[in-house]
This record gives sequence, structure tokens and C-alpha cells, in this order.
Amino acid sequence: MKKFLSGNEAFAEGIRLARPQVISAYPITPQTIVVERLSEMVEDGSLTAEYVHVESEHSALSCAIGASAAGARAFTATSSQGLLYMAECLYYAAGGRFPIVMMNADRSTALPWNIYGDQRDSLSQLDSGWIQAYAENAQEALDLALMSYRIAEDKRVSTPYMANLDGFVLTHTYETVDIPTREQADSFLPPYETDNRIDFENPRNMAFSAGPDTNYIFKYKEQEGVLAARKVISETEAAFARTFGRQYTGLTENYLTDDVDYIIVTLGSIAGLCRETADKLRGQGVKAGVVRIRYMRPFPNDEIADVLRNAKAYAVLEKDISFGNEGTVFTNVNSALKKAGAAVNGSNYIGGLGGRNISAADIENIYTDIANGATGVNFIGIGGEDNV
Amino acid sequence: MRPHIREKKSFTFTEVPENTSFEAGYLTTVNSGWRSIRPVIDTAKCVGCEQCYLYCPDGVIAIKDGKAVIDYDFCKGCGICAKICKIGAIGMEAERK
Repeated sequence: MKKFLSGNEAFAEGIRLARPQVISAYPITPQTIVVERLSEMVEDGSLTAEYVHVESEHSALSCAIGASAAGARAFTATSSQGLLYMAECLYYAAGGRFPIVMMNADRSTALPWNIYGDQRDSLSQLDSGWIQAYAENAQEALDLALMSYRIAEDKRVSTPYMANLDGFVLTHTYETVDIPTREQADSFLPPYETDNRIDFENPRNMAFSAGPDTNYIFKYKEQEGVLAARKVISETEAAFARTFGRQYTGLTENYLTDDVDYIIVTLGSIAGLCRETADKLRGQGVKAGVVRIRYMRPFPNDEIADVLRNAKAYAVLEKDISFGNEGTVFTNVNSALKKAGAAVNGSNYIGGLGGRNISAADIENIYTDIANGATGVNFIGIGGEDNV
Repeated sequence: MRPHIREKKSFTFTEVPENTSFEAGYLTTVNSGWRSIRPVIDTAKCVGCEQCYLYCPDGVIAIKDGKAVIDYDFCKGCGICAKICKIGAIGMEAERK
């Protein structure tokens, strides 16, 4: 069934089909509409779940951890400062291997206070141990909601999953979205079963401490779990295509990268405008291409290196800056190339912070810059003299 | 169930669970080294009312032959048992005099 939905609403529809048993949410800004729609679904009976109104984002994720530790499929959502307030609990969820799903509306961080879109909130939490996906459009948002639990709950993975939607650009704009049937969704996603839960018949210590002798073994296993998601994401997308007929491309999505000189690597909703610009430049004889990162964790090291190593130059366009250094996505992409032994000239473009528009002309300028040998970290619209 | 020591000096990689859940009460070392004062039961006064057993946050008090007994391997010396004992059968004594 097709409906005209915002990214938030599309994600809520996906979560309804995924049948979470507990939803915990703090409803105040920067929270977005996704939990409002879910509360309506619980109210009208179209979703059977315990909906818990908590008193903060820290409590929202704590509640989801408790629910998961009781064996329930749990969902929460947040954004911006709310995600940062949750930060302590992100590590508890990941270290406890609780496969919670969270939608994060990617929004700016204070100060100056602003709730428009950028990706500094979620990228600041890359080390928390969560899988991190970045949607480009509302359909992908719904589909990620459905795939997320299957990936997170896979016993090889057992890792919480953060689905990121660009604030406003994706969360609050409307698109036509295809909603699968209940029967399709149920055949794709079985109920959650785990022994990592409270069991009165077989009492276990839950979420315990571990000393220096074993602590690092838990961390090694946590790393293995997130890395295992690479294979499980691929398997899940194949099963998704069989059930729903929509094919996804794993950790990255490439566009015009078979015969390419200049590549923009980016993530989220801006990828569409990058592809449009690449099309335009191709018409002028410039071999432009785009790599869209779909997953920041696990990071697509091989996928990125395989494509970028054949280019003359690349740019990483991101709505993020790690102050005192560069954009974090750029750091990750460079590491991928270095590990693969590929030496390609790369530069970093920081844009869209605090919701500032990135125009088609800005993107065209990036392609022109890298063709002319640009290097370093560039803030779009501020000018070359301010390069780091 | 009272805490008790299992003879287990180290865990191999495969013995470490995949997540932070494991058999409850699995203790491999004693845990009371920082105790500065210890509760001492006056068995002549103790009537075995179980108040100290109920209130002990570490679960280290048991009633044996009608009297409270304390497992000093795991008692942290918090003194709650001494406070809750209405008949004054539990005193707190310094570990080092």
C-alpha cells in the first residue's frame, strides 16, 4: 500500500510492522514525530506494545535496556542533545549486547542551540558500540526499520542498532512510501528470542562487572559482533529483496563509479543532490561519481577502498567536524585507503552544519576543486583562505 | 543461597560469555578486604529473629541453630545489621586495634 509520509512517519510504519513489545520515549524537543505516531498506533490498537513515557532521554534508553534484559523487543528514538544525554546508556546497551533499535533524527548540537539537521550528534557516538545506519529517503527509512531488528537480533551480532535520518530534510518532508503488508513483515522478521534475559527459573547475573582479566575479552567479542554485522546486513538485504522486492547494496551505495575520475563520498539525504550533480557533469564530459555510505558502523573499509583507489581524487562531504582535526567521516575514509595501500588525493568538505543548505552549485564546486588538486579541510561557503 | 567461592582462577576465551549474563552468584574471589569495622554477634543475646538476615544488603547473614552467623568473606562492614538489631545483639568492632 502506498502512502504519502514523512521520514518519521515512514519509520514509525516500519516499526509497527516490526512489532516491538516495549517503546520508551521522552516526548519533548528535540524528539521528533516518530514516537508520536507510535503512541497513536498503540492507542488505536494497531500496535500491541507497552508504551512508556519516561522523564528523560537517559531514562528512555535505560527503560529500553531493561525491557531488552527482560527478553522484549524494544524501541526508542531521540535526536541531538537527547542522544548526547543518552550517551552513558548507549555503552551499557552495546556492552550488554542488547539488540535495541533506536531512530535518531540527525540534528545539530549546542551551542548555539539549533535543532536543524546535521550529523554531529550521531557521529560523536561512533565509538559507543552501536551499528549506525544512515538513510537517504523515507522508503529506505521504513525498510531500515524492518531490517534493523533482524540484523541486531542475529545471534552472531547481538548489537543495538541506530538508524539515522537527516533532521527535517528527511524526518519532516513527505514522500510516497510503499508500506509492506503485515503478512510480508511477519514472514521476514520472526519474534525475538534470547537467553540474554532475566529468567526466574534459571536466575542469572545480568549486566555485571568484569575485572581486568576478562573485561577486554568482552570488548573483543563486542568488536566481533559489530564486524559480523557486515555479513548479516548482506544476508538480511538479500532476504529483504526476496520478500519485498527492494534491493539494497550493503554498507555503501555506488553511483557512476565504474569509470570514474572524481568521487564525492557522503552520507544521508544529500547523496541525491550529489548524484544529480554527477549526472550534470557527466553530460559535460567530467567523469564524476558518488559513494554513499549507508553504514558508518560497521565501517565499509573494503567497499570504499575498492572504488576510490581507481579515482584521480575524492572529496568527503559531511555535516560534521571533529574540532581541532577534520570531519570524522574523512578520517575513517582516509584510514580505509591507507589500510588498502591506495594513495589517492582526498579532501574534506564540511557543510550543512546547523541546517545550513548545501546547494547543487556547492557540490559542483567540490568536483571542480578536487579536479584542480584541492586538499585539506574546507568549510563550504566560508572560503579557501580559512582552510585548516 | 549464600555466596560461596568456586575454585576458578581464570577464564578462557570461550568460557567468557557472549554477553553480560552468567550463572547468578558465581564468585571466584573473596570480597571484603576494605572492611574497617566488623559486626560481631553476641550469641547469648541473639534470638534468631532474622531482622539482620532480611536487611543485610550483601546477603551474608544466615540463621544457624537459631542464631545469626556472618560470612566474613563477603561482609563489607556496613553496620546495617547492628543498627537494625533491636536487642543490641550485634556490635561493631574495629578490624585493626
